Amino acid sequence: MTQSVVVQVGQCGNQIGCCFWDLALREHAAVNKKGIYDEAISSFFRNVDTRVVGDGGNISKGKICSLKARAVLIDMEEGVVNEILQGPLRDVFDSKQLITDISGSGNNWAVGHKVFGSLYQEKILEKLRKSAEHCDCLQCFFIIHSMGGGTGSGLGTFLLKVLKDEFPEVYRFVTSIYPSGEDDVITSPYNSILAMKELNEHADCVLPIDNQSLFDIISKIDLMMNSGKLGAAIKPKSLVTSSTGVFKKRQEKPFDAMNNIVANLLLNLTSSARFEGSLNMDLNEIIMNLVPFPQLHYLVSSLTPLYTLADVNIPPRRLDQMFSDAFSKDHQLIRADPKHSLYLACALMVRGNVQISDLRRNIERLIFTIIYKLKGWRKAVSQKPCHLYQHLYKNITSWMPQKACLWKIYLD
Amino acid sequence: MSIVTVQLGQCGNQIGFEVFDALFNDSHCPGGLCSKRENEAYQASCKERFFSEEENGVPVARAVLVDMERKVISQTLSKAARSGRWKYGQHSCFCQKQGSGNNWAYGYSVHGPRHKESIMNLIQKEVEKCDSLSGFFIIMSMAGGTGSGLGAFVTQNLQDQYSSALKMNHIIWPYGTGEVIVQNYNSILTLSHLYRSSDALLVHENDAVHKICAKLMNIKQISFCDINQVLAHQLGSVFQPTYSREGSFHYRRNPLGDLMENLVPHPEFKMLGVRNIPQMSENSLAYSTFTWAGLLKHLRQMLISNAKMEEGIDWQVRPPLSGLPPLGKMSVNKETHFNTSIANLVILRGKDVHSADVGHHRALKRVLCAEHLKIQLSILPG
Repeated sequence: MTQSVVVQVGQCGNQIGCCFWDLALREHAAVNKKGIYDEAISSFFRNVDTRVVGDGGNISKGKICSLKARAVLIDMEEGVVNEILQGPLRDVFDSKQLITDISGSGNNWAVGHKVFGSLYQEKILEKLRKSAEHCDCLQCFFIIHSMGGGTGSGLGTFLLKVLKDEFPEVYRFVTSIYPSGEDDVITSPYNSILAMKELNEHADCVLPIDNQSLFDIISKIDLMMNSGKLGAAIKPKSLVTSSTGVFKKRQEKPFDAMNNIVANLLLNLTSSARFEGSLNMDLNEIIMNLVPFPQLHYLVSSLTPLYTLADVNIPPRRLDQMFSDAFSKDHQLIRADPKHSLYLACALMVRGNVQISDLRRNIERLIFTIIYKLKGWRKAVSQKPCHLYQHLYKNITSWMPQKACLWKIYLD
Repeated sequence: MSIVTVQLGQCGNQIGFEVFDALFNDSHCPGGLCSKRENEAYQASCKERFFSEEENGVPVARAVLVDMERKVISQTLSKAARSGRWKYGQHSCFCQKQGSGNNWAYGYSVHGPRHKESIMNLIQKEVEKCDSLSGFFIIMSMAGGTGSGLGAFVTQNLQDQYSSALKMNHIIWPYGTGEVIVQNYNSILTLSHLYRSSDALLVHENDAVHKICAKLMNIKQISFCDINQVLAHQLGSVFQPTYSREGSFHYRRNPLGDLMENLVPHPEFKMLGVRNIPQMSENSLAYSTFTWAGLLKHLRQMLISNAKMEEGIDWQVRPPLSGLPPLGKMSVNKETHFNTSIANLVILRGKDVHSADVGHHRALKRVLCAEHLKIQLSILPG
């Protein structure tokens, strides 16, 4: 089994990362009843005996002693990282995995990229090498950052070049949060464009995500929940946005719900690589299938369903509806309209009790109604249901509009 | 004579497990139509072909499992061990960590040469356990990376190293709607390489088997497990022992040799297909009756009209009476696609098999018979 290292850069990146680790722990806790450190957990966590002083003895098999995340946390101001270290996840992170400064980047791409880049290059390399050494077989780096800020976009993209030089064979999956129309950072368009250039050259695969779309998804869920009787039928904790055990109407932190959506996306993307299934799709297969040319590596992702009803048996029409939803604009995590440009490739990843005949039937149906001229499909079926949500879970489709489609966002 | 099975990739390993399971269940099925002595002879023959004996009496499948990631192999090994009645050898599997990424070139040019020594060693160990080797049966898919790329490489190496052993590749044609985006490239590259190095290519299409599951077996939600079981059933009906000329206690010894002798008359014509009749779920079996004449007639029409299953056969299609192209117009309403196969082989299994009259069907050349528990019938066109 291969391992992946998550690198969280900037305030946005670290907040999303925090939600990601929380959800990952829950997912594995639900699946792994016996508490044995198996290969699925080892893809994101390492098993450490904390009684051993120093770097900690790595335990490769047997019972779970203490799990440490394979992560590197980078931020140029201390506030966010300190908050994580004081929160419930403090035991998951090692203090040696952090890089912080005091002053911050001031929403300036150049400060993040050039100033802090050169200042911290050695330190960053050292931490990355350390985390790579702990891995048996490192397959990919997941980088989470925002494009509008200073640290996330500047230092985050500087990191990509460093990773490409140091670990040329390891894939670089970047989750970028694009600025939305009502962004409060004035320099965000400049930062995004400068960062985009770097992403073009040095990333292997980019999952662009938009704050506005996330917000739309949340409003949709809220509408569903508050709309009376159907709202009561929704299973608690089954929302794509819920994280804590208690079913709350208002989240504590303002961006929690949105961060949870992104965290879910990342977990589902890697689920077929971690868990068994009847048709597996590893991370390198994602890249192989969805990236036809090296520079066309932007994937539009969408998640369905956003919530599950309390009903256990999913009738087939509901399943078909889920597939159709996956191609609708409301479920996409970025505001791009692929129907007006071109689908180059498409992947459907399914978790839960869905069989290949369902997938096939839906693809045949969708090929004619929604998408035209699409020859390439990639299917993956993973058997492990996501126990957080208990039932038939999600389909993620990613497809590749030409970049012209993404540029429309900037023009709007 | 024994057959060594090489299971490659996720598809190959999943199917391989089902095949061995079906073979074992068939030969150890309680009850039946024959005497005890006949049953024992059958079991012994089947066992010699596919299983080798281990110390505590549990038969070990003569198989080598190869995959570039661990998950599927560990799942297959544990499923086999859990059944308790047969299992895979502990050291007969080879896996890596990273997978082939659906990339034919990665399987063929990177993984192939890198792991050539280890894989060929494993196969050699398995071959040494056999008393006499009939050949290799290689199960792979054409859409993925390991099955297709590494499969082509392994077949080529087997050709070099064991040039006198026969190789039959069982390839899975992917779904028309697509499983992998680059499946077209992978399939073409695989076929071109296999055509040079393999002796026979037995093709199973996912679409056709899916239809069989849907229409004939009446399964609502078809999973890959169901598809694999149907495939295993068809393969089992081909590979289980058949009578030789000496009589009912002697079985033909060379399964691959028999098949290829009859079906591959020229090395350029090596694509084979299987048609199996009757194919139905266990529940329906209790309510059906069969006659040899009816079955043979259906089978012949299936062959001629190129149908893959017994439902929806086009009875209008007839083979041309002579070899000359028909003068005038062909029938306007329907397209006449009849099967232009070169050689056919019928394998009949079941009660009163000697009473089945195959003689008058011109299309059928040779017949192998076996009298056994299941009533199954198959034809392989060349």
